[in-house]
Amino acid sequence: MEQLWQSLKIASCALRVNKLRSFLTMLGIIIGIASVIAMVAIGAGAEHIISEQISSMGSNLILVIPGSTKTGGVQMGPGAVPTLTSDDGRAIKSECASVEASAPNIRVGGQIVYANQNWSTQITGITPDFLIVRDWAIVSGRPFTQSDVDGATKNGIIGQTIVKELFGSVDPLGKIVRIRKVPFRIIGVLKKKGQSPQGTDQDDVVMIPLPTAQRKVFGSPFPNAVGAIIVKVRNKNVLSRAEDEITTLLRQRHHISAKKDDDFTVKNLSELLSVASTSSKTMSLLLGAVASISLIVGGIGIMNIMLVSVTERTREIGIRMAVGAQEKDILLQFLTEAVLLTLCGGIIGIGVGVAGATVVSKILDWPTLVSVKAIAVAVVFSGSVGIFFGFYPARKASSLNPIDALRYE
Amino acid sequence: MNEVVNISDVTKVYSMGDMCVEALRGVSLTVASGEFIAIMGASGSGKSTCMNIMGCLDVPTKGEYLLDGVNIGQLNKRELADLRNRKLGFVFQVFNLLPRTSARNNVELPLIYARIQTNERKTLALKALERVGLSDRADHLPNQLSGGQQQRVAIARALVNSPTIILADEPTGNLDSKTSNEVMALFTELNKQGITIIMVTHEPDIAAYASRRVLFRDGLIVSDEANSSRAAANTCVNTASVVADQSTLRDC
Repeated sequence: MEQLWQSLKIASCALRVNKLRSFLTMLGIIIGIASVIAMVAIGAGAEHIISEQISSMGSNLILVIPGSTKTGGVQMGPGAVPTLTSDDGRAIKSECASVEASAPNIRVGGQIVYANQNWSTQITGITPDFLIVRDWAIVSGRPFTQSDVDGATKNGIIGQTIVKELFGSVDPLGKIVRIRKVPFRIIGVLKKKGQSPQGTDQDDVVMIPLPTAQRKVFGSPFPNAVGAIIVKVRNKNVLSRAEDEITTLLRQRHHISAKKDDDFTVKNLSELLSVASTSSKTMSLLLGAVASISLIVGGIGIMNIMLVSVTERTREIGIRMAVGAQEKDILLQFLTEAVLLTLCGGIIGIGVGVAGATVVSKILDWPTLVSVKAIAVAVVFSGSVGIFFGFYPARKASSLNPIDALRYE
Repeated sequence: MNEVVNISDVTKVYSMGDMCVEALRGVSLTVASGEFIAIMGASGSGKSTCMNIMGCLDVPTKGEYLLDGVNIGQLNKRELADLRNRKLGFVFQVFNLLPRTSARNNVELPLIYARIQTNERKTLALKALERVGLSDRADHLPNQLSGGQQQRVAIARALVNSPTIILADEPTGNLDSKTSNEVMALFTELNKQGITIIMVTHEPDIAAYASRRVLFRDGLIVSDEANSSRAAANTCVNTASVVADQSTLRDC
């Protein structure tokens, strides 16, 4: 302990003698640690965004959309022909064991008018299951019930953007609006959901009961058709089983013979998002790796300066040895110096990294998460860089021959 | 008489490429406790090599060296360092003080490696500085001291561990004659207090301070005699063989 304290005192003295050099040497480590901290913080921020988006979409979802069909040899794009119906949606829920909820819905753009205000938005026809699968809450009023669907009521639920654009400070509950010229009563307001992963405003939405939409508002030639069915499965372990069940059921219901292609498409949404989150993890790993390289470069800088320092102080080493310093004393002295350099650099680097991450999140409006783990790793890593790159010069110093060291000019 | 140094038939060979240099070619020397010896000789005569061996900075190729009864040929590096720390004090021609380090801290250096606690170190260092008459310069840096003062700090450093022997390698080589005499007076004083001093020097008037003079030539001791101008009771005279062979450089 006493020895370590002595080496620490000698090392800090030696570093103070060459202040500029010590600082420049540290700079490599400072930049390395700061970039590791900042990069990891930025990467963690990206992961955070994605995980928020996942939870905003709702979890364990399967999307069923009308599939591609061939018409006289021409391959039509998915959704070109309305092959899915409300009944498909009901059947998926009642017949597939792995399915917890199924929400057939249809979406059309249209104008909504309140008093002298109007707004163009997406009008979605939904069933009560829709808000369940999307994990979407009502902040005021009430959600749709089965009776809204059965009776095809002219009730509407609106998103926060509509509230802002159309009503301003007026409470929208109970107000009458005209959706594509049909009068509706607002019975509920949705909770704010924010941007979707594709960047569209999820709050810019009006919801009305599905049968009302199909029969009274959209006037489609296929009155029972739905645009998509969002299915929530019981848990993520049965996702692929649910996919199979849905496919089998729909092929049966659509009378598709074994040789023919599906006229619908089943997509696993969670899979898409997990790909996105994996890629963002890869990204932060990559950023961390690049930053680590700069840390290694910084370490080599330390080693270089320590070697110069050993050469410069050969005579000092000789004197110390002559008066009785042992190899391990000299080794400890130079090792302490290297570790002190890197640790100081590391601590300053943490400060710079945290400041950098804060600036990035302020300027780019990008959430950054400075993790305690990253800081701990940075401290340990900078210390080890010091030991690793300081060992060779220290070893060199301690193995000097005292006679040669004393005579060194 | 207690022998602190007993060198018997020591040779030292340095190999430089395919050449071998015989720096010492069979030297025997005994030094009794309390002696003040001046080692003289031309450059390359082997006196520095002999000093290095006596200072445990180097080990003999052949022969035995007993320092205070300990055979150093059987010691490892760690034990040699320990021996230097406890039994020897070094004074160099170029002072060899640590720059940017106060006089007191320079004197404390051997105590650090003797693992002595901070407070005791300070007391011992100040006591040693007092002995060389520099207690008022304890906090000065070497570059704030004159040459003579620096050498006295170096002597204090050599003294601080209460060594058996002080080895001085041309301690006055970088000093003017007035300061040289002051430093030599200090050595004489320390010798009177019972410390054995072995000093290498070129200058006969500096060697005159010693009680015994040993002359090296070509890796051998050619004369070893008591100082007539300073006859000391504890001087012993050895006869050394004079070898005419001048070549110290030989093919191996």
